[in-house]
Amino acid sequence: MSTTLLLVQGLNGLQLGILLFLIAAGLTLVFGVMDFINLAHGVQYMVGAYFAAFFAAQTGSFWLALLLALPAALLFGLLLEFLVFRHLYDRDHMAQVLATFGVILVLNQGVKMVFGAAPLQVPLPDALTGGIRVMEGLLYPTYRLAIIAGGLATAGLLWWLVERTKVGMLVRAGATNAPMVAALGVDIRRLFMVVFGFGAMLAGFAGVLAAPILSVEPGMGDNLLILAFVVIVIGGIGSIRGAFLAALLVGLVETLGRSLMPDLMRLFLSPSEARQVGAALSSMLIYIAMAAILAFRPAGLFPVRAS
Amino acid sequence: MRALKAELPALLLLGVLAVAPFAGFGEGYVLTLMARAMILAMAAVSLSLLVGGAGLVSMGHAAMMGFGAYAVVILDDARIVEAHVVLPVAILAAAGFALVTGAVAVRTSGVHFIMITLAFGQMAFFTATSLAGYGGDDGYTLYARNTVAGGRLLENKLAFHYVCLGALAAAWLLCRMLLASRFGRVLRAVKGNPMRAQALGFSPYPYRLTAYVIAGAIGGAAGFLFANATEFVAPAYISWQRSGELLFMVILGGVAGLHGALIGALGFVLLEEWLSHQWEHWRILFGVLLILAVLFLPNGLSGIPAQVAKGLRRG
Repeated sequence: MSTTLLLVQGLNGLQLGILLFLIAAGLTLVFGVMDFINLAHGVQYMVGAYFAAFFAAQTGSFWLALLLALPAALLFGLLLEFLVFRHLYDRDHMAQVLATFGVILVLNQGVKMVFGAAPLQVPLPDALTGGIRVMEGLLYPTYRLAIIAGGLATAGLLWWLVERTKVGMLVRAGATNAPMVAALGVDIRRLFMVVFGFGAMLAGFAGVLAAPILSVEPGMGDNLLILAFVVIVIGGIGSIRGAFLAALLVGLVETLGRSLMPDLMRLFLSPSEARQVGAALSSMLIYIAMAAILAFRPAGLFPVRAS
Repeated sequence: MRALKAELPALLLLGVLAVAPFAGFGEGYVLTLMARAMILAMAAVSLSLLVGGAGLVSMGHAAMMGFGAYAVVILDDARIVEAHVVLPVAILAAAGFALVTGAVAVRTSGVHFIMITLAFGQMAFFTATSLAGYGGDDGYTLYARNTVAGGRLLENKLAFHYVCLGALAAAWLLCRMLLASRFGRVLRAVKGNPMRAQALGFSPYPYRLTAYVIAGAIGGAAGFLFANATEFVAPAYISWQRSGELLFMVILGGVAGLHGALIGALGFVLLEEWLSHQWEHWRILFGVLLILAVLFLPNGLSGIPAQVAKGLRRG
């Protein structure tokens, strides 16, 4: 394993981590503040990517598509909240899991009906085509670097919103003890709605960013959703900081594991066996980490909720 | 007498399934569909033991079926096809997986339990995809169904129908007896109020773990039947979506009694079959019905009579 390859994989891992963070941020807030398990958060990501593909095809510009897709994703999230989710806040987790599972079925099939089952392509924006020489002999795609930069900037903005503004204070208070915040006279339902819409928009943003480099297809959010759950459980439910660190961790472990594990296994096994066992083990690594954390530190690495 | 009345819906359903082949539902295609429904019902009943009995909402129950199904695959590849060998291996494989993962999982509860079972389910899923010798992602087609005492009993659709029915009835009876026993009462006490149960001297851990392993074993047996029914096994059987469907069956029927899982699983399979013939994009309707069921039927299908009666009294 050369340094170049390691660096490339590291950057790829960072990029996956950033996308995961954008999804997990909304998920962890919704979970933390409202105690609401939203399996349909992954389809918000898919919907964002489809909005991007649709608007890009209509306007011919990635930037216009980005500009239009964000409010569209926000509105879509608020619509879902109004139609389905707000009726579930008082129900048990089982009911929430099932109803949001139903939303996944509807939306995965819905985009298939509207856009067809074939993956859609979104062209890279002109300004971000080509690559940047990161070091001697390593040309890394500009767009992927832009994703990392854009994601980090969003994370910074989010940190400022949550840590330095009044709404952010209410959100943090809600994640720690929601009934107390309501008792102090805060309209908790409206706070829920704001958090929900914002989370949906962040997931949609991740979808827009991913659209040019991944294929836009039905069900594209399902696997990322599960990874995002791993992220918020490892990071501690309701913690933005935890979600950020855990997302980078999961992204790096996923990506590096995939390339390093087979090499590692080759020390003990034949090449073909090593490839299979290595791939399986690297897919499992983060779930093993999650199970271990749940068993021994159930509140995650950065617990927020008052015990 | 009252006890019998509570069992009436389940007994009625099992009775209907028993006479169905001779009441105009004997075509091969219908028998295949019913076999699928009964096998999924068996898995749903075992999941209902966990959800309704112990309050353990597992999002990884499909992995139990997966272990049973892959036991059939691995033995099939080794040309071991005798059911009296394969079935116990399938059950033990699933129970073993349940024991190992349950030992960690049942220490948690609530959301954490949902998440940790999801994680273990995903581990099983990725293990299955890496089994390149057994088809990897693409799955594995069995050479033939398992044999019973050297005979091809399971190849006969009518015989297979009654094998599935017998297995379902046995699973239901086992779970029913467990829930009615002292063991089941402790489980429910732990579910209702863990602290009170502990104060009474019951440590929740061994009871929950035992329930988890038993449910896993039944799931493994269902997986054995499922592999034989489809003669094909793929990692998709273990996906978290499949676990979600199993959970849906249990909740759709209602968790108040085991018959809810029976009703839910049969209703699920029939609805899926019927809708898929109506419209290409039937999953949209299916999803909408699922959402509506959660919103408006808090006690599931089996809770409808009580809900209607309550509405009438009020009205």
